[in-house]
Amino acid sequence: MTASTSSVITLHVNGEPRTLTVDHRTTLLDALREHLGLTGTKKGCDHGQCGACTVLLDGRRAVACLQLAVAAEGRAVTTIEGVAEDGRLHPVQEAFLELDGYQCGYCTPGQICSALAVLDEHAAGWPSAATADVRPEAGPPALTDDEIRERMSGNLCRCSAYPAIVRAVAQAAKAVSA
Amino acid sequence: MREFRYERAADMAGALTLLAAEPGARPLGGGTNLVDLMKNGIERPALLVDLRDLPLGRIEPTADGGLRIGATVTNSDLAAHPDVRRRYPALAQAVLAGASGQLRNMATVGGNLLQRTRCGYFTDAAAPCNKRSPGSGCAALTGEHRNHAVLGASPHCVAVHPSDMAVALAAFDAVVVYETLDGPGELPLAEFYRPVDSNPQLETALPPGALITGVVLPPAPVAAASRYRKVRERASYAFAIGSLAAALDIRDGIVHDVRLAFGAVASRPWRARQAERALTGGPADAAAFAAAADAELAAARPLPHNGYKLPLMRNLAVSVLTELAEEAAR
Repeated sequence: MTASTSSVITLHVNGEPRTLTVDHRTTLLDALREHLGLTGTKKGCDHGQCGACTVLLDGRRAVACLQLAVAAEGRAVTTIEGVAEDGRLHPVQEAFLELDGYQCGYCTPGQICSALAVLDEHAAGWPSAATADVRPEAGPPALTDDEIRERMSGNLCRCSAYPAIVRAVAQAAKAVSA
Repeated sequence: MREFRYERAADMAGALTLLAAEPGARPLGGGTNLVDLMKNGIERPALLVDLRDLPLGRIEPTADGGLRIGATVTNSDLAAHPDVRRRYPALAQAVLAGASGQLRNMATVGGNLLQRTRCGYFTDAAAPCNKRSPGSGCAALTGEHRNHAVLGASPHCVAVHPSDMAVALAAFDAVVVYETLDGPGELPLAEFYRPVDSNPQLETALPPGALITGVVLPPAPVAAASRYRKVRERASYAFAIGSLAAALDIRDGIVHDVRLAFGAVASRPWRARQAERALTGGPADAAAFAAAADAELAAARPLPHNGYKLPLMRNLAVSVLTELAEEAAR
């Protein structure tokens, strides 16, 4: 690692500015886990295919394994460690716990970060591939089980806890909008 | 992964200068394909030029009633934009059919156009591949080619282009606009991807050092009644084995205007002009739709394991055009 192939960057992780020196090859996932000790974000495939490393980047979900840390300079990162507030679990976390939305738990941090973004994207009126009519005149789609399955399809669960994950996201959606 | 330098371009001139000075430079948009290919050594850039500060993140109406989409607009923002959903619904559907919510938040329009094939031999550094290592041969010809090209391929490469977005853009006569140090340029999407010849490593007609700044969609009233349908081996989050962008304008029972483009059948999005010609001015019924698809597919040269794509594309065309015709009659 030389000066031309590394950089000093600041990431705003779960509300805290964190300054670190990274080799340009370092992904955001490795920066979080190996440099900052935030091991809640999991490494599954490391190729953007499984969603285990999902975090929120400036409030939008992203896979941290394909995001170069140097290119995240100055941006806000929310990991699973930053989802609960003041010791209180987020309604999405509560729903996963209550409805058993996991088995081994390895994909769960990514599932929960993804679900948080699904609720925001749906509230913003974004259509999905499951939306029958994408035209704005058709109005925002209801968050049906089919919509949840499609919107969560970037998060694989090899224990196949999918039915409970869908129920958890649906319950969280009701809790958040109530 | 090879070590590389990283620069965050402050403006267009800065980006073009950086790209021109280093032949091993690559522009960085979302990085969802480039970083992945760097991890397995298929891409080995010496310098990444990050485009995030360039003013290319907007979708704006053009004076003639079309849309101009900036190169760093994310797939998510493109698919959520009200004008795209209202005036070019097949484009929104195509983008939503690709990748996952996470990847769509990262991936950009320029990167989507320039993404590389997902042919398993291209991404396997140990395999022969003329696209990755010119002159080494094509392992897919005699290997796993279930999802390879049936139209416009050459004995040198049978890979397919993976983009969904580009299929809808092809149907709507999109124009790719770019900048170079010598000034701006543009390429209709139909000329943007080079036909496959003996040099499959050369994929686009972009001049060296050029940077895509956006895509211009001309006004297309027919696009308001359009649809994208994608066939894949699982219900979501997979590349197409066949896809179709279609738009249909029927007047007094006769096809007044029609747009058709096929995806996952060729090295580029395949505008089905033979089928369009066969349909225009004729009846809008299932027999005509099937005959039009057959006219397009007459030039197909399937490999031993991908002949299924011919009936698949024919059925897809009949099904989607029939739906559009029925909706127009309501």
